[in-house]
Amino acid sequence: MGYFLQQLINGLTLGMIYGLIAIGYTMVYGIIGMINFAHGELFMIGAFISLITFLLLGIVGLGWVPLALLVVLVMTMLLTSVYGWALERIAYRPLRHSPRLAALITAIGMSIFLQNYVQLLQGARIKPLQPVVTGGFRLLEGGDFVVSLSYLQILIIVLTISLMVVFTMIIARTPLGRAQRACQQDLGMAALVGVNVDRTISSTFVTGGALASVAGLMFILNYGVIDFFIGFLAGIKAFTAAVLGGIGSIPGAMLGGLLIGLIEAFWSGYFTVEYKDVAAFTILVLVLIFRPTGLLGKPDIEKV
Amino acid sequence: MITPAETRPLDLPKILKEGGIAAAVVFGLAFALVGFRTVDVPGGLDIQYRFDDVFMVTVLAFLGRVGILLLRAGRPAPVAIVAGLFAVFMLGVLITHAFAPEKDLVRLLPFGDLVVNWLLALFALGLALRAGVSIGHAVSSLSVEEREERMDHISVWVQHSARYVGPALLLFALVLPFLPFSDRRMLDIAILVVTYIMLGWGLNIVVGLAGLLDLGYVAFYAVGAYSYALLAQYFDMGFWICLPFAGIMAAFAGILLGFPVLRLRGDYLAIVTLGFGEMVRIILLNWYEFTRGPDGISGIPRPTFFGLDFSRSAPDGGETFHSFFGLTYSPIDRIVFLYYLILALALVTNAFTLRIRKLPVGRAWEALREDEVACRSLGINPRNTKLTAFAIGAMFGGFGGAFFATRQGFISPESFTFIESAIILAIVVLGGFGSQIGVVFAAILLIGMPEIFRELQQYRMLAFGAAMVTIMVWRPRGLLAHRDPTIRMNERSPPKDDPGNAVTERART
Repeated sequence: MGYFLQQLINGLTLGMIYGLIAIGYTMVYGIIGMINFAHGELFMIGAFISLITFLLLGIVGLGWVPLALLVVLVMTMLLTSVYGWALERIAYRPLRHSPRLAALITAIGMSIFLQNYVQLLQGARIKPLQPVVTGGFRLLEGGDFVVSLSYLQILIIVLTISLMVVFTMIIARTPLGRAQRACQQDLGMAALVGVNVDRTISSTFVTGGALASVAGLMFILNYGVIDFFIGFLAGIKAFTAAVLGGIGSIPGAMLGGLLIGLIEAFWSGYFTVEYKDVAAFTILVLVLIFRPTGLLGKPDIEKV
Repeated sequence: MITPAETRPLDLPKILKEGGIAAAVVFGLAFALVGFRTVDVPGGLDIQYRFDDVFMVTVLAFLGRVGILLLRAGRPAPVAIVAGLFAVFMLGVLITHAFAPEKDLVRLLPFGDLVVNWLLALFALGLALRAGVSIGHAVSSLSVEEREERMDHISVWVQHSARYVGPALLLFALVLPFLPFSDRRMLDIAILVVTYIMLGWGLNIVVGLAGLLDLGYVAFYAVGAYSYALLAQYFDMGFWICLPFAGIMAAFAGILLGFPVLRLRGDYLAIVTLGFGEMVRIILLNWYEFTRGPDGISGIPRPTFFGLDFSRSAPDGGETFHSFFGLTYSPIDRIVFLYYLILALALVTNAFTLRIRKLPVGRAWEALREDEVACRSLGINPRNTKLTAFAIGAMFGGFGGAFFATRQGFISPESFTFIESAIILAIVVLGGFGSQIGVVFAAILLIGMPEIFRELQQYRMLAFGAAMVTIMVWRPRGLLAHRDPTIRMNERSPPKDDPGNAVTERART
């Protein structure tokens, strides 16, 4: 029971991270119908910017953890969203009216480019970070197993939920959100009624990048080590989460992220750690075969 | 000379504002990742500062953006002068440095890294040349349609010249080992290039002909390589017996994967194949008892020439290649043999593709690529048709894998990462989906060039990703994209006068 509870907590934390990345996939897919393969790299870049900012704050001598976290959060969201914007502007906007596969290939090219860009600039070695948020609660102390809930896990869960609330408000209430929903329904029609489509798509990449960077920050806080390659696997798993939840649906992305996180945690807890990535891919294949629209997605009718 | 472009009023504030935006974006991009470098020190990480580089890229982004906008606004003269002078200065310093490094002129350059300086110099040169051409021709730039049309003409020309270039290349490939400059290193590069040409042709069946984007092609390559390695290890079987087995196993893996996933739409299929590729690698990595995991399999037997070994002395009293033919032993014999082996495999792949395009199943692939719904209504079974393409493509991947195993003598899961799939796919894409000769050029460009310029190794993948993006943005249908219809309605009157016509009409519809 204790072990189960611990895996549940770990899985939820992991799922929050996947969910935040998955939102970026699902939003981009919802609006321009392409898989932004390089989205995982935005997550990786966000993690690197967080690491650099933490180190700088350490040099400056800013020791109060909540303020440091806030500074890092703002920095990484700001700078990573510039990458999101530039990504769309360079690699996707010129191809908006081209075959879908062309855009997918530029996305792969961009992914390779960004990985090697970070590797060249920051080195290929694994980068460690000292634990920033330490301590936690002890929930259950039955027998020889202690179920713990660390402050970090609480932070991740609270931060994700509050970001989700803000984000949902933006989508539901603001003019920008309205424009995004309009573009999601029909790009051409939205342009006809005066929505600035280019700017809306750019803003989608900016918000997607910002959310992915928060996921990157949480990743480095949670695991303490990053390298230039983390975006690849995390990206695929987040994409799986987006598909599982129903691609194009934002609550679906979060739900899918949580499920993938839980499945991964329980899989490594009860079966084998080595094959946990295989589990994620298997789920992707199974979902696509048996329920291609995902859990919360709308059916996609193929028109001639 | 007064031209319409030059009489347009110049909106200088707007251009400066655009330049400022570009500079701001580049500053945002560069600030954290370029400005600070994390370095490992005992007990953690430390930070190095590179603010000079950030400053430089920001200024250059401003200048470059303003230059491009001036060019577009029909004011090429100042761009030509400034960019030209800058390029001459940069190239002058770089070339002097190449011949006389002791003068230490490099400190005049904006960046510490020579390659970045070269890139900058070439960019400035390109901008200056472009501006110069604009002055001469009084046009600011070609429209997208004009550019596409020109490139279509070039691709048609290349494809039609393939009739003459193809045999010439083949002849060159056949005599290559006997040319005076062919040393061991040259042959190794040639083997590598031909391996990728073969893989490119194999993947071309899947991606180019059938239009299925496969991001996990390396999985079949791995299946082929491991089939041979494991059969050789556990059952002591030779290369020639294992070669067909490797192909069959890979084709079987293709069917196994393809059966459930081939009804998925293009980009979903791409991701699932990617996942499959990773799964195969993870299984190879973790199934230690069977595949020896990360340690890999070593001592894979080398191929024999009709039973004749290529070693100095035959191990079990049999005859060796050199003793049978009465030659003196030379270690390069085996390399030459391997070269001809992969060349033959590649040519088989090519011949197979060219023939199958003319068979009903090949026609069905191409039809399916163009319009799946129409095909279904005409009674083509999409799943089975796709499955054959997938399995045949996988089979050639398997052959390639078996060859890889026997050439290396050692394989481990590290050779079969996603990057390999991406490289093979890039070869197909750059060559123009479906173009056989395009694959050859792309493989020479992507594999041969980096092998020759080994010093640039660390920039290889970076340039690779950038090239994929640039070429796709520039020509979304592939560099030499030109789909010659395999059948025409009126076979009697081929458009001989202007071969470009058919293509440009297709491109517009």
